[in-house]
Amino acid sequence: MIASSQGFAGYLRRDLLLAYRRRGEVASPLIFFVLVSTLIPLGISPDSARLAELAPGMIWVMALLATLLSTESLFASDYQDGSLEQLLISPQLLPLPVLGKILAHWLVTGLPLTMVSPLIGLMLSLPAAGLMPMMASLALGTACLSLLGAVGAALTVSLRKGGLLLSVLVIPLYMPVIIFGSAAVQAAIDGLNWLGPLAVLGAMLSAAAALCPLAIAGALRLVSNN
Amino acid sequence: MSTPPLLTVEQLAFERDDCNVFKPANFVVDAGDIVQIEGANGAGKTTLMRLMTSALQPTSGAVLYRGRPISDCRYEYLDNILYIGHQSGVKMTLSAEENLRWMSPASTSAVEITQALDAVGLRGFADVPCYSLSAGQHRRVALARLHTSKAVIWYLDEPFTSIDKQGVLALQQQLESHLRQGGAVVLSTHQNLPIDGLRKYSVEPHGDLAVPS
Repeated sequence: MIASSQGFAGYLRRDLLLAYRRRGEVASPLIFFVLVSTLIPLGISPDSARLAELAPGMIWVMALLATLLSTESLFASDYQDGSLEQLLISPQLLPLPVLGKILAHWLVTGLPLTMVSPLIGLMLSLPAAGLMPMMASLALGTACLSLLGAVGAALTVSLRKGGLLLSVLVIPLYMPVIIFGSAAVQAAIDGLNWLGPLAVLGAMLSAAAALCPLAIAGALRLVSNN
Repeated sequence: MSTPPLLTVEQLAFERDDCNVFKPANFVVDAGDIVQIEGANGAGKTTLMRLMTSALQPTSGAVLYRGRPISDCRYEYLDNILYIGHQSGVKMTLSAEENLRWMSPASTSAVEITQALDAVGLRGFADVPCYSLSAGQHRRVALARLHTSKAVIWYLDEPFTSIDKQGVLALQQQLESHLRQGGAVVLSTHQNLPIDGLRKYSVEPHGDLAVPS
């Protein structure tokens, strides 16, 4: 039945190729993340004790904003050039290619953020005990953010200037992620068991991975029906 | 009982802002038929075509594929259609070859891709990113799909836009050969096509308020 090369793997491969072709643009969330974190010691205090206290929350807020920056463009170019319409009439289950697109988005935004986070942690004097939990929580958390953000991106794709609306829509959904994400890091620094909050993040990711592609498929059908 | 026609459009209507876009459409497309959808700018040609491809859900009426509503045999229907819209889905940052590979059936071989690009006059441009191609060449990338597709029903929205004279001629010949092989074509264009058996369907604008159901 599926005669086209456009399933989950097809979309994953294509979006990675597209990201590679415009890598300058794709790297902007990462650059934002790094640049803003260099400003924090200047704006607050270079005193490492004060920075260490703020670091878990700060890193999480910056990661969230960096992800949000790139979310709007998830479906925008596909909508403009007509490939979203081709996706809607391709003979396959819509959530699968959607999931492929989101995975590609996470691989080019969330994963690089996770990889550079230890460096940012050092810059902000994050205690060494927090580095591993920071990476683990960011890896799970940014994947959640990509999935949840994609729901908002799908709902606002037909609007010319949907950026603000997108933020208003998805930031409430991001809240649980940031709460448990930074809680995991904080718990590790305080010498507590940090696997609990991490497990909650994992549960959120599982639920989001199962439900968001369905919601996105519905949203895309809805917004294109005019 | 005779076999039902390939496509039957029955009282197909679409409301936008509580207004019917056009008068309910009724026509039949059988294997070997070519139907040209006509109408003024903004009359709803593209809307009608998008309804027929199921990209839009009709407000009332239905499209029947071999006698069954397309909502009942969605995947079978989608497997047998090819739609090239005004926005053709060609990615600017990908090359012509990458675009065609992406939009063709998975079983298409590299040789077939090259042949299709040759056939639409893009020999030598296969590896060039599409943003550096001209508007006509851009269109040709999309039209190369007609060479790799196995679809029976082709929906072409303004396929001749920005195409030069030779290109128009080649596309006409390709449409004729598709019809001879038992395919069907629904297209919108403002050109007069010298194709035998071409039927015209005129989309009539409908300004009246829709009757509330």
